[in-house]
Amino acid sequence: MKDNLILADKEFSSRLFTGTGKFSSSTVMKNALLASESELVTVALKRVDVADQDDDILSHLNHSRINLLPNTSGVRTAKEAVFAAQLSREALETNWVKLEIHPDPKYLLPDPIETLKAAEELVKQGFVVMPYIHADPVLCKRLEDVGVQCVMPLGAPIGSNKGLKTVDFLEIIIAQSNVPVIVDAGIGAPSHAAYAMELGADAVLVNTAIAVSQNPIAMANAFRLAVEAGRMAYNAKLAPIKQTAEASSPLTSFLNE
Amino acid sequence: MSNFTSLFNNYNWDAVVTDIYSKTAVDVEIALQNNKRTLEDFKALISPAAKPYLEQMAQISSALTKKRFGNTMQMYAPMYLSNECQNICTYCGFSLTNKIPRRTLTDAEILKEAAFLRSKGYNHILLVTGEANKTVGVDYINNAIKLLKKEFANITIEVQPLDQDEYELLVKNGLYAVLVYQETYHRDEYKKHHPKGKKSNFDYRLETPDRLGKAGIHKIGVGALFGLEDWRADSFFTALHLQYLQKTYWQTKYSISFPRLRPHTGGLEPKVVMEDADLAQLICAYRLLDEDVELSMSTRESEKFRNNIINLGITSISAESKTNPGGYVVEPQSLEQFEISDERSTETIAEMLQSKGFEVVWKDWENAW
Repeated sequence: MKDNLILADKEFSSRLFTGTGKFSSSTVMKNALLASESELVTVALKRVDVADQDDDILSHLNHSRINLLPNTSGVRTAKEAVFAAQLSREALETNWVKLEIHPDPKYLLPDPIETLKAAEELVKQGFVVMPYIHADPVLCKRLEDVGVQCVMPLGAPIGSNKGLKTVDFLEIIIAQSNVPVIVDAGIGAPSHAAYAMELGADAVLVNTAIAVSQNPIAMANAFRLAVEAGRMAYNAKLAPIKQTAEASSPLTSFLNE
Repeated sequence: MSNFTSLFNNYNWDAVVTDIYSKTAVDVEIALQNNKRTLEDFKALISPAAKPYLEQMAQISSALTKKRFGNTMQMYAPMYLSNECQNICTYCGFSLTNKIPRRTLTDAEILKEAAFLRSKGYNHILLVTGEANKTVGVDYINNAIKLLKKEFANITIEVQPLDQDEYELLVKNGLYAVLVYQETYHRDEYKKHHPKGKKSNFDYRLETPDRLGKAGIHKIGVGALFGLEDWRADSFFTALHLQYLQKTYWQTKYSISFPRLRPHTGGLEPKVVMEDADLAQLICAYRLLDEDVELSMSTRESEKFRNNIINLGITSISAESKTNPGGYVVEPQSLEQFEISDERSTETIAEMLQSKGFEVVWKDWENAW
C-alpha cells in the first residue's frame, strides 16, 4: 500500500528530510543526500550565493529527486524572517520556506512569539510555511490556526544529537495535530528517528548526525532504513506495553475449557 | 549590573594568578570529566598542571567543535583602511611615535582592494584602522561599510572603540561584528603600554562590548594580546568577560582571537613568552569551556602551527593577509601593522583545508537582513 506523505501540493515517498550543513565537502553532501533518498533538503539562505550561478552548494543540489527547502537561519525577528523568505522565493524560485527564528545564537532555540507572527504574515503572502519550534502543543495549534502546512517541533536542541528529550510533548502534538508533524533537531541516531516515526511523526529532519558521522553516506542509508522501519511499525500498530507480565499460555486456561 | 567593570572590579589579578598556578592534576581530571565546565574548570585547564593532559584536551576539543560546527572552516580576510593613529601603543607598528608615512584609503582605493579580495573568493571581510578620529572617525567607517555592503555578505570591523549610538548607526548600515581586544586585563600594565591617546582609558575600552551589546550587534570578538602579561590570567579574564556578555547580551554571538606579539616597526619584546604548546592548550581550554564560541586564527601564526591547530577547535581562518592600508593592490609598500608569518596564498590554504577534510565556507551570512 502506498504510504506517501502529502505536504501542501507535494507528495513525498521518503519521510526523511535532510539538511546541507556541516559536511566536509559538497560532494560528500550530495552523495549522502542521494543515499538518504531524501526528497526535501533544507539549505540556509545565508550559506548560498544566489547571485552566483555556479554556487557550490546549489549546483550540488541540482537533482531531480531533491526539492529545495530554503531556511531563514540567521534571522532574529519576524520582520527579518519575512524579508529573508521573500528573498529566497525570488532567488530560488520556491514558495516553500523553513521558518527558523532563533535569536539566541548559543542554543539556537526558536523564538515562539516571532515565529507565530512571521508564520501568519508568510501564509498571507502565499508561502508554504514549515516552522521550526519548541515542542509546545499550544503553539502548534496556534500555528495551525494561522495556516502553516506542517509543524516542526524539536526533539532536543539543534545539533545536540540527544534524541527525543521532548517525547511527552511530541506525543501530545502528534495526537492533536491536523497538519503533518515533522520532528526536527536533536535526532542523533537512527534509533531516535525510528522512535519518532513509531510515535506517529509524519517525517523527521536530520542533518548533524549524518554530516558529522565518520561515514556520512553509510549513516544516511542507516537513517533511511530507520525511518522506513519506524513508519512501518507505526502502520502495523505496536503491541501494547503492559505493566505486568502476561504469559502466552496462562496457567489458569484449563478453567475456561 | 549595568556593565562589566563592576563585575571585573571584584577580582584581583594576583589572586587569580595564584589560583591558576595552584591547580593540581586532580583539578584537571575533574574538569575533563565534567560535562558542563565552569570558570574554575577553565582555570585548571589553562594551568601548568594540565600540560600532561593536552592530547586528551585536544581530542575532546576536536570532537566538540565537529559536533557544533561540522567539518567546516569559515574564511575571512582583513582589509586595512588606514594606519593613521593618535595612540601610543608600545607594541604596535601604527603607534604615533613611529615616524613613518601615513596612509588612508580613498573610496576608489577601498573598492580596488575589495575587488581583489572578492576575486579571491572572500565574502567575509574584516576592516581595520588605527585610531584617528578626525580623519578616520565614525563617518569614515560608516562610509566604508556602505561602500562595501554591496561587495561582501559579512562585514566586521576592528577599529577604535565607539559610543553606543555610533555603533547603532553602523549596525543599521550593515555592520555585522566588531572585534575589540582588551590587550591586557592588567590595569597597571595596560597603562604602561597605552600611555597616550584615547586608548589610555582602560575602563572605556573594557566597557566597549557592553556598548556593542546594547547597540544590538550580531557578533562581538574579544581577546587579549599575548606577550604583555601572564597569558593565563589574561585568558581567565577574557573567559569571565565572555560569560558575562553571553548572559547579558544573549542575542549576540561571540568569537575569541589569540594574537601573539609579532615583529613590527619599533617592536617590543614580549614580557611573557607564550609557546606554541601554550596556545594549543588555551584553544582547547576555551572549547572545553564553551562549545559554540567561534575561535579565530590569523596569519600571525606559522604555517606548521596553522596546519595542525585547525583540527583542535578553530572555526575561522584568514589567509594571504596584508596588514597595511592598500596592501593587496593599491600600495603594497605602505607601513604594515605587523609582519604576518604564514604567507601562503588563499588558494593554497583552501586546498590545505580541503585535503584535511574541511569544507571551505566563503559565505555564511546575508547582509540584506
